[in-house]
Amino acid sequence: MDTGKNSARKSSTAASPASVARRKFINSVAAAAGGGCLLALGAGLYSRQAAALPAQALRPPGALPEADFLAACVRCGLCVRDCPYDTLKLSDLGEPVATGTPYFTARKIACEMCDDIPCVKACPTGALDRQLTDINKAQMGLAALVDHESCLNFLGLRCDVCYRVCPVIDKAITLETHHNPRSDRHAMLLPTVHSDACTGCGKCEKSCVLPEAAIKVFPRQLAQGALPAHYRKSWEEKARHGGSLIGEQVEMPARGFEGSTAGRAATEAVTAPTGAAPAAPSVPPPPAKTAAGINSRWKP
Amino acid sequence: MSMATTTVSSASGCAPARSLWQRQRWLILRRASQLLILLAFLSGPWFGVWIAKGNLSSSLTLGVLPLTDPLLVLQTLVTGHLPYSSALIGAAIVLGFYLLIGGRVFCSWVCPVNVVTDAAAWSRRRLGIKTGRVPDANTRYWLLGGLLLAAAATGTLAWEWVNPVSLLHRGLIFGMSGGLFVIAGIFMYDLLVASRGWCGHLCPVGAFYGLLGKKALLRVAAPNRKACDDCMDCFAVCPEPQVIRPALKKVGQESPLILASDCTTCGRCIDVCDKQVFKMTHRFDQRSE
Repeated sequence: MDTGKNSARKSSTAASPASVARRKFINSVAAAAGGGCLLALGAGLYSRQAAALPAQALRPPGALPEADFLAACVRCGLCVRDCPYDTLKLSDLGEPVATGTPYFTARKIACEMCDDIPCVKACPTGALDRQLTDINKAQMGLAALVDHESCLNFLGLRCDVCYRVCPVIDKAITLETHHNPRSDRHAMLLPTVHSDACTGCGKCEKSCVLPEAAIKVFPRQLAQGALPAHYRKSWEEKARHGGSLIGEQVEMPARGFEGSTAGRAATEAVTAPTGAAPAAPSVPPPPAKTAAGINSRWKP
Repeated sequence: MSMATTTVSSASGCAPARSLWQRQRWLILRRASQLLILLAFLSGPWFGVWIAKGNLSSSLTLGVLPLTDPLLVLQTLVTGHLPYSSALIGAAIVLGFYLLIGGRVFCSWVCPVNVVTDAAAWSRRRLGIKTGRVPDANTRYWLLGGLLLAAAATGTLAWEWVNPVSLLHRGLIFGMSGGLFVIAGIFMYDLLVASRGWCGHLCPVGAFYGLLGKKALLRVAAPNRKACDDCMDCFAVCPEPQVIRPALKKVGQESPLILASDCTTCGRCIDVCDKQVFKMTHRFDQRSE
């Protein structure tokens, strides 16, 4: 109020050109600075939201960590142009990926992992890091077999397609043999992803035969957990030091498996592979517990 | 372009009728320039003939010439990322070109948004729309500061989220849908809210190139200003009308050169002037008839 009176008095006494100009200047500065602040605020809020990639958007090989990538990528599309397989596309305004930045969707077109990595070579700014010269070291994402209920190998079939198409076959995806507790006499060969070798190219997700892929590739931070920094794996330490670090341990007998179901037989076979153990698996499982499964009572 | 039919009054006067080419020469040349630049980027994806790859943000022409938007590189540097030399060299070439030729030559000869806002200005004149509220022309410099601040504060190229200039050019080359709303918004804003609102008052990209062009060589001059009959055609058509008066009416300067860096060197005043007051020339041409 006070300032209002002041300015009113001033304008009534002498509306000098200087004061008019000053008022105009202050007005325009306030409006423009307000606009500038709004822009900065809006952009800041946006960038916080966009710092995390949506789950199905993968960056090209060699992409810097997302926060650095968004600082470096000028959205020129040169990587898109030099991709021989039209894998990459630029995000449009309104898509959840930062406007104009390159990404690909594994289920649509996966990365073919070119040996010469033309997209990285094309990048003028270093948003795609030229230190990546071996495409097998790319970390575009990480595959995860997310749907154990639909994956045909989990159902006991030998689909294996994701394993077969993997460009880093037997390193990034292996088939791990597991006992099939449902039939109790078959194996399940489960596609298993290894994060140290998976490049995130997306060929597994692209080729999954199901209408909706059971194996999917995610940006690494979504698909990968992390152990606390101080954790050590005993078996790794043991291998490194050529023996246990805490000396020989007393082997304790495993108890509590009396009358176990067939599904547990495998566990027992591992823990007690010798001597009297074979008696346990031969015990027929209680029919009530495996009513859904077929049980011929045949045992190897 | 529908723009080609622009004529603003002045059927009066008994000057000899000028040909279409005389009346639209600079407009046609500018549209050709904008179109050819776009085609250089589109000939690859359309016909497999690669002239320029990328877009105005950064490009590689004929596989050898890198060009990068210096404003983008500046923002990248503000975020703390040092781009590779190809981007830096590209930015230096573009910077040198606009420092030498004329900063806002970018706006009227290259930028695709110019076609949109020219169309809005033309429609506004045609429909006689006088409404609206025009922001201060200095807002663009605040926005320029704001976008650099946003880059520094967020550590990302935050402005590129909404930058209509790169949005439209990238969209025309790589395809767009959501970006069209921004472009439609600019058209409606210029049509209904603020005459020449975007390019002339708000666009921080234009403001940046304007700052580059303070001492640029290519200038429009009014050497034949004695012949001016105050028809106001040039003021009506000029996207930055305030730049004309000092040269045309000797306000605060003797020189016939339009020296204000706001001038986009579009040459539209040369086109529309029946008295042929204006011409395209260089910075050191002080001749006045």
